[in-house]
Amino acid sequence: MAVDKKAIDAIIAKYDQSEESLLAILQDFQREFRYVPEEGMKRLGEVLNVSESKIYAMGTFYKALSLEPRGKHTVKVCMGTACHLKGAGQILETIERDFSVKRNHTTKDMQFTVECVNCVGACAMAPVVVVDEDYSGHTRPSKVTDLLKKYK
Amino acid sequence: MSTIQSFDQLEKTREKLRASVKKDLPSVLICFGTGCQANGARDVAKAFGEEIEKQGLSVNVNIGLKTTGCHGYCENGPLVVLRPQDILYLRVKPKDVAEIVEKTIKGGAVIDRLIYKDVNTKETIAQYHSIPFYSYQKRIALRNIGTIDPTSIDDYIIQDGYKGLAKALTMDPEAIIKEIEASGLRGRGGGGFPAGRKWRSCKAVPSDVRYVMCNGDEGDPGAFMDRSIMEGDPHSVIEGMIIGGYAVGAHQGYMYVRDEYPLAVKNLQAALIAARGMGFLGKNILGSKFDFDIKVSRGGGAFVCGESSALMRSLEGKVGEPRAKYIRSVEKGLYDKPSVLNNVETWNNVPVIIQNGSSWYAGFGTEKSKGTKVFSLVGKVNNTGLVEVPMGITIRDLVEKIGGGVLDGKAFKAVQTGGPSGGCIPKELADLPIDFDSLTEAGSMMGSGGIIVMDENTCMVDVAKYFIGFLVEESCGKCAPCRDGLPRMYSILNDITEGKGKESDIETLMELCDVLSYGALCGLGTSSANPVLSTLRYFKDEYMVHIRDKKCPAGVCKALITYRIDAKACTGCTLCAKKCPQECITGEKKKLHVIDESKCIRCGVCKDVCNFNAVNIE
Repeated sequence: MAVDKKAIDAIIAKYDQSEESLLAILQDFQREFRYVPEEGMKRLGEVLNVSESKIYAMGTFYKALSLEPRGKHTVKVCMGTACHLKGAGQILETIERDFSVKRNHTTKDMQFTVECVNCVGACAMAPVVVVDEDYSGHTRPSKVTDLLKKYK
Repeated sequence: MSTIQSFDQLEKTREKLRASVKKDLPSVLICFGTGCQANGARDVAKAFGEEIEKQGLSVNVNIGLKTTGCHGYCENGPLVVLRPQDILYLRVKPKDVAEIVEKTIKGGAVIDRLIYKDVNTKETIAQYHSIPFYSYQKRIALRNIGTIDPTSIDDYIIQDGYKGLAKALTMDPEAIIKEIEASGLRGRGGGGFPAGRKWRSCKAVPSDVRYVMCNGDEGDPGAFMDRSIMEGDPHSVIEGMIIGGYAVGAHQGYMYVRDEYPLAVKNLQAALIAARGMGFLGKNILGSKFDFDIKVSRGGGAFVCGESSALMRSLEGKVGEPRAKYIRSVEKGLYDKPSVLNNVETWNNVPVIIQNGSSWYAGFGTEKSKGTKVFSLVGKVNNTGLVEVPMGITIRDLVEKIGGGVLDGKAFKAVQTGGPSGGCIPKELADLPIDFDSLTEAGSMMGSGGIIVMDENTCMVDVAKYFIGFLVEESCGKCAPCRDGLPRMYSILNDITEGKGKESDIETLMELCDVLSYGALCGLGTSSANPVLSTLRYFKDEYMVHIRDKKCPAGVCKALITYRIDAKACTGCTLCAKKCPQECITGEKKKLHVIDESKCIRCGVCKDVCNFNAVNIE
């Protein structure tokens, strides 16, 4: 997948050119390209004068960053305690089964990346599924498949 | 706008802002917390705007219309509050709006179907502050949330915002620290370390540069008070940090906010810009010659970054791994400079303590845990949401009076507090007062204040497995006890839940718990045994039933349960057979259906879709 070099530079230019900005820039890469491209990490290393291995370590350590392209929609299944008690496991299994995708992976058609997250802070509405920025509370195994199909 | 240069000028601005608000104007407050927005609050707000115009009224002339932070009663969103009558409407839909404007705002009448109805007594209550969920609360940290528009600094100033800062800047830094010490304020993030003592230790270290930081990396599952405060009252946190910076002699502050909280980041950033514009941040704040500013950093989705030393590494733009704390961060913290790191709720309490005095604050709570605490009351309880109560309230009062008891009339079993570092407290200890020390003694901890209610259908072995699984995922991998010990514990717990447990497993688990408690590097590692220790302490019998009888009494552990259709309740509607992903339910229309156990994967879909409660777990 080719990545626009100008877009990379534009993101880097938004921040202070210091190591402190590393994580924020990587997160913006993630948002813009739906992953952290190798070209981006290389360029970032040059500009901030930080070794590539260090940037790669950041890329693998933080959950919010992915080194492989993610799907068009991100489906976050909340695995917080309140959601767990109210059946989040069954919701996740239903998605895995109906969309033939494993947790923390992307569907073959690149539509959905299914992530497990540890609490989105909306416990009162447990169990919660977040598709992109839309929160859906009180989800049920029998309803979640239809919910996702709306985004296709 | 020009900046405010003195205490007097701030008071004049406040007076002017207050005068500009029309007192008698009826107002509509719409909750815009994450929960209510998910339930459609944006559409409701839009409908109000349109309907007010349509009915010949005008926003700002006849009616005040405002979106606020989270009211805490998220279960029943979208929430709409009508003032001056103090009426709370629950689960408001756009189609209800015309009637509300017509009947309540114009006519002063209450619409019965939208008001609170007690699930147990069936009593209905219209007034916001009379509803048990609110009437037992004492709101200090949540003082402004639900009243102010978080995107308006004017709103915050009207509610005595930045008054604490103005007072602090006339005080000697030493006097501020003394005041915080005297208030008994302890860190709200989990450990409960006295905030004043932390500030004093930081100040005592000679250095030309110091930092203050705010820990907004609220990672404990089941806790969302910090999110609510950052979203709903961002200035209170900022004001607290400026006071802290002045007291310890720091000129730069950092806020580290979870990546999962986009609205919090947005509101904090907007609040920082507004505060700079008014001169509460920047050079020569309120003419005091004190300079201070704050940066917001987004976290990267790593739980361990809520740990202080990991958080600081992450702020520096590094991989967020903790370090051994031979030297504490008050001496060598961010960039190896003396640093104070406090939690969101701790900072948020600081301005009111300075404003009202330490003895006022110390008047709430217990001897050793002063003040109030925000809890997120969630799980199997009727009224879920955020509540703020004086420290020392009993578990029973919290669950029964404010929470309205356990969902569906089921039996109360335990509460889990403190997130993955905490533990489960059984119903036998329901009269335990909730404060830092009592919870620790009972084998759990306060943590950030998540209270998760569990009922008879909650399996305690599964809960322990859940938390250990969480920690396996989130362990940063730096030290061996945590990296290798947790997966061992997980596989043992998994065996027990699958009916493959041995009696000697209990002993092995206890040994592993010891290794973690003594050997792990950081606070998260040393406390990670708590979920297992506390469930073993109070619910050993349940472990033994799994191990000896290969049964899960709560009906949770998949390998130990079977789904069965109740012959009396089944109407033969065929719905379960249609929805079963394994196609293992058979039966003719209007006749009893049967599940083929050999094919059943226990996904629970049949139980979920059945309208007649005919599917049981055995």
